[in-house]
Amino acid sequence: MKRNYYLLKNSRIRRKDNTICLEYENGEKKNLPIEDVEAFYLFGEMDLNTKLLNFLSQEKIPLHVFNYYGYYSGSYYPREYLNSGFVLVNQVEAYKNPEKRLEIARELITGASHNILCNLKYYQNRRAGLEGHIEEIEKYKNKLPEVSCIMELMAWEGHIRDRYYESFNDFLDLPEPYKKRVKRPPDNMLNALISFGNSLMYATVLGEIYHTQLNPTISYLHEPGNRRFSLSLDISEVFKPLIVDHVIFKLINTRMLSEKDFDQDANCCYLSENGRKIFIREYDERLSTTIKHRHLKRNVSYRRLIRMECYKIEKTIVGDAEYKAFQAWW
Amino acid sequence: MSSNLPDITATEFNYFHICQRKLWLFSHDIEMERESDAVLMGKLIHENSYQREKKEILIDGLVKIDFMDGEGVHEVKKSDSMEDAHVWQVLYYVYILRKKGVEVNKGVINYPKQKRTVEIEYTPEKEAEIERKLVEVEKVRQSQDPPATLVSKICRKCAYEEFCFA
Repeated sequence: MKRNYYLLKNSRIRRKDNTICLEYENGEKKNLPIEDVEAFYLFGEMDLNTKLLNFLSQEKIPLHVFNYYGYYSGSYYPREYLNSGFVLVNQVEAYKNPEKRLEIARELITGASHNILCNLKYYQNRRAGLEGHIEEIEKYKNKLPEVSCIMELMAWEGHIRDRYYESFNDFLDLPEPYKKRVKRPPDNMLNALISFGNSLMYATVLGEIYHTQLNPTISYLHEPGNRRFSLSLDISEVFKPLIVDHVIFKLINTRMLSEKDFDQDANCCYLSENGRKIFIREYDERLSTTIKHRHLKRNVSYRRLIRMECYKIEKTIVGDAEYKAFQAWW
Repeated sequence: MSSNLPDITATEFNYFHICQRKLWLFSHDIEMERESDAVLMGKLIHENSYQREKKEILIDGLVKIDFMDGEGVHEVKKSDSMEDAHVWQVLYYVYILRKKGVEVNKGVINYPKQKRTVEIEYTPEKEAEIERKLVEVEKVRQSQDPPATLVSKICRKCAYEEFCFA
């Protein structure tokens, strides 16, 4: 199985024959076999050249860049290699057909809220006081089948998320109570973790979309963006509770992260380099965790589940099967 | 489409015998990422067997023949588990070559791993059968929706497994 490589230290990354060579500032070198690389995630200050990019294109390896604060900057998305005009036309048609679009978008949110509830129910057994939140979210979730447009769907999704984040106060050992979701820049530890995790998730999903015929710019829940690969945002919704939030809960409740792992100033808060390292380690471990797939009857990793979610969307748009978002069953 | 040649590739003709859904997906350019070990193994066997022969003869972008000799058209395969599909694939090569005016009467399938060869005589009956099959292949390709999932033990090794059972 190929691996994601997360490069945190400043270094030069280059092609050396048919391998990847990393040269750190202290002169240390490391060689990576290219066959082993799924994607690169660059966090440090990296030097690279077009020879490397050509090599990555040839090997079909995306490279994701994050800025100084760990915020997603962009991706080197190599030339598409699985093109299908047929799929593209259907992907666009599904977007332009209001019913079909709503059907897919609704299923994405239904799956996401199911997975959110799944997280809360897990903690319900351990911590009192979550019943109210669960009830409220279930009430919102029950509204989903009735919505008649994307706007309405987005509104319920917003309510679900607000309530969900609010409930974090009741089962996470937070140093300060969580008030509300603040992005760009995040204002406290929890917001910093959510932002960082979602950035990673976005890049991971994009990497999976790359290995399918789907076009990453045409989406159903989010408006197809001209600056974003919005299909990636769509599919992320389903997996954020299972992957990102799970990592956050673990890091906070087992005190693997503390205040010293964050850089704080007047009104913003970011993970420090060491904090990121801890987060990424857990995140990557979560991605490679396997569960027994019910139809395939064998173990598949969470990362593979994301790929299969892409296939499901592809199947829906070509008229093969109704889309059913992934729902945790445990 | 040139003159009287069909526009069906040998891969499609082969898939028709394995799984119609696979044929439909492939003909709509829904291909899977090639990452399975079996695929890599097949590629290596293809590259490393019969190195003295002139290999890979592409005809009108339609079929790619592994090699030819006095005996007939040769096709190299990793495993004989899909023998029926292999037989028809090599017969299809003969069919195309004859359409192009080359007098071939035999197809040979080589299984270097099993040290085994299978020879197939080309007959007018088989030609008629190919033409009948070509009509069927075209029907599958043209169908609006993909054919249903096969659900067979061969699915376990298929590159489309995750696509079909996701």
